[in-house]
Amino acid sequence: MDSLQLLFDAPILNVQLLLDGLLVGAIFALAAYGMALVWGVMNIINIAQGEYVMLGGFVAVLLADAGIHPLFGVPLAIVLLYALGWALYRTIVFRVVDRDLFISILATFGISILLQQLANQVFGADVRTAEGGMGTLFLFDGMVTVGWVKVLACAVALLTGVALWLFLKYSRLGQAIRATAQNARAARILGIDTDRVYAATYALNAAICGAAGALVAMIWIIHPYLGLAFTLRAFVIVIVAGLGNLLGVVVSGLGLGAAESFAGFVFGVEFQAAFTFSLLVVILVLRSRVLARSRRYLK
Amino acid sequence: MKMHTYPRTLLALALALGLATTGLQAAEKIVLGAAVSITGKYSTNGKNTKDGYDLAVKRVNERGGVKVGDKTYELEIVYYDDESTPARGAQLAERLIEQDKVKFLLGPYSSGLTKAIAPVTEKYGVPMVEGNGAARALFAQGYKYLFAVLSTSEQYLASAVTLAAEQAEKAGRKPDSVKVAGVFENDPFSQDVRAGVLDDAKKYGMKVVIDDKLPPEINDMSPSLTKVRAVKPDILIVSGHAKGAALAINQVSEMKVDVPMLALTHCDSAKVIEKFGKAAEYTLCATQWDRGLSYRDDWFGTAEEYAQLFEKEFDYAPPYQAAESTAAALTFVDAFQRAGSLDPDKVRDALAATDMQTFYGNIKFDATGKNIAKPMVLYQVQDGEFRVVAPTKWANAKLRHPTPSWSQR
Repeated sequence: MDSLQLLFDAPILNVQLLLDGLLVGAIFALAAYGMALVWGVMNIINIAQGEYVMLGGFVAVLLADAGIHPLFGVPLAIVLLYALGWALYRTIVFRVVDRDLFISILATFGISILLQQLANQVFGADVRTAEGGMGTLFLFDGMVTVGWVKVLACAVALLTGVALWLFLKYSRLGQAIRATAQNARAARILGIDTDRVYAATYALNAAICGAAGALVAMIWIIHPYLGLAFTLRAFVIVIVAGLGNLLGVVVSGLGLGAAESFAGFVFGVEFQAAFTFSLLVVILVLRSRVLARSRRYLK
Repeated sequence: MKMHTYPRTLLALALALGLATTGLQAAEKIVLGAAVSITGKYSTNGKNTKDGYDLAVKRVNERGGVKVGDKTYELEIVYYDDESTPARGAQLAERLIEQDKVKFLLGPYSSGLTKAIAPVTEKYGVPMVEGNGAARALFAQGYKYLFAVLSTSEQYLASAVTLAAEQAEKAGRKPDSVKVAGVFENDPFSQDVRAGVLDDAKKYGMKVVIDDKLPPEINDMSPSLTKVRAVKPDILIVSGHAKGAALAINQVSEMKVDVPMLALTHCDSAKVIEKFGKAAEYTLCATQWDRGLSYRDDWFGTAEEYAQLFEKEFDYAPPYQAAESTAAALTFVDAFQRAGSLDPDKVRDALAATDMQTFYGNIKFDATGKNIAKPMVLYQVQDGEFRVVAPTKWANAKLRHPTPSWSQR
């Protein structure tokens, strides 16, 4: 517990860890946002989430390799991954929309393996990065340092989140998406082309993940096998936030980032994931207690 | 010399049998088998491995082949793709031995794959020479048919600890005042590296102030680096394959963490110089081999000549993974010639008695089958190039130490 002692001896470290965690959490939140959308609207748990992140990352990497600033990878990844999501929906995912949840997990798991291996074939298994060369922000006399790219990534993540929220609330397609999520059958009766809505939702999710991936490539590293970490985190975030609670996704995404950051410092990085999942269990147990109580009142 | 998929192998096998019975065979061949990672997560290094083997075969055949007794043989390798999965590797080894009747195996890429294949070759009494499985656990099983030309993984960064001790003495401090920080991936390879570092740190009485384990799916090490900033170690050691190296340089430079000495493994596979440019300067990197070293042999000449030939053949500079693969094949050739026979057990005994120099380094196996004649090399990134700074005997550059703080770089 020497590390814990350090936090008390040098309180400024808390600021560093908190900032790191929150900025990183914003990116997790982005991937989780998409997962919540697909889950809520289509009742599909998309296991291929992390692979879309990975592909978005490669878009930024390829741009950087071509001498273009990887930041342009964000819009480009959005466009490309939207197209990919659409194509995958039209070929595979539409077959499993109304089926058992288990079938859709299998199908998206298959997609995830396929994308992983394709990426490995096309881009190679090497670890890649997209260097933005954006410098570092110094706070508190250089005691706290944050890469500008992280700040930017966080801003982009939050902006995308807000844009998505506005889109769902006010645009026609967004309203159709929400209507379909509430009751697909009723939406169909009222003339909404739910198939199109599903396609748009699935493609939108891939696009959001792509944006997250382009940011990941600038902050960390990209390789064909990094998807699972993001899928799992997105899953945890959505579970904690609950479906259809986009604000909750953002909050729990940021919370997860911060929790991981502190857990990594105090317990060592190897227990980061263990800590996260233990936290998930605790939250689920507590929540079921609360729900059980409210059910009792209903009786 | 080509990749076989199953149906194609069967076809090739049928053809080979047909040829054998009609007696149309040209020069006689020694067939070596190898499962290498052509697909999957080790595909890059798998290709390096295969290219290394292929170059050895090409060179040996061009230069008249292998003389065994009074006969001359050509070399040939049957490859399979192990898909970077150990279970598949073991299956394929079995297949090579049982169905393809291969009597000698070259190693796969990575310790994990080697670990899976070694029990198979041991069971059938088939000698295997490998250049890409460095885990020390491989040499604690009492294997009789496994030989490794590379330095084992606990030696990777032990030399960095020694270097830190030397530098401390130069600065008028006692080596035991050196504070060591280590961040190691939680996989067999990096944990071996860790064991080596801790052993050496203990030898000098150094204090290990950070000893973090990175999960294999690591993509962020900022918590560990925050700790580094707080406790100010004299040396930071990171081992986590290519992604560990890329992350370390990326995040140390982004967070502007000042540490006098940063030592890594796998810098060359992570292409840190191309990727990170100035941010990679001063970094120390462990490597098995470097083209600037002064070893030589009769097949390839000097290390530099080997490197040039390799570049001409494959259009990229040989990483050490390729060099050690070539060396593994050369070790077999040497053993065939000394054994004067293609009997697996005689070849095994000849392998055990190997004592030679190759362009890759000296090769001499101890009783467990690991090479004890070649030290690890430590590079430093200096002005955008890898320069050998340790061990001092082969160094072609002076260590730049300590690393200046980020505000002055």
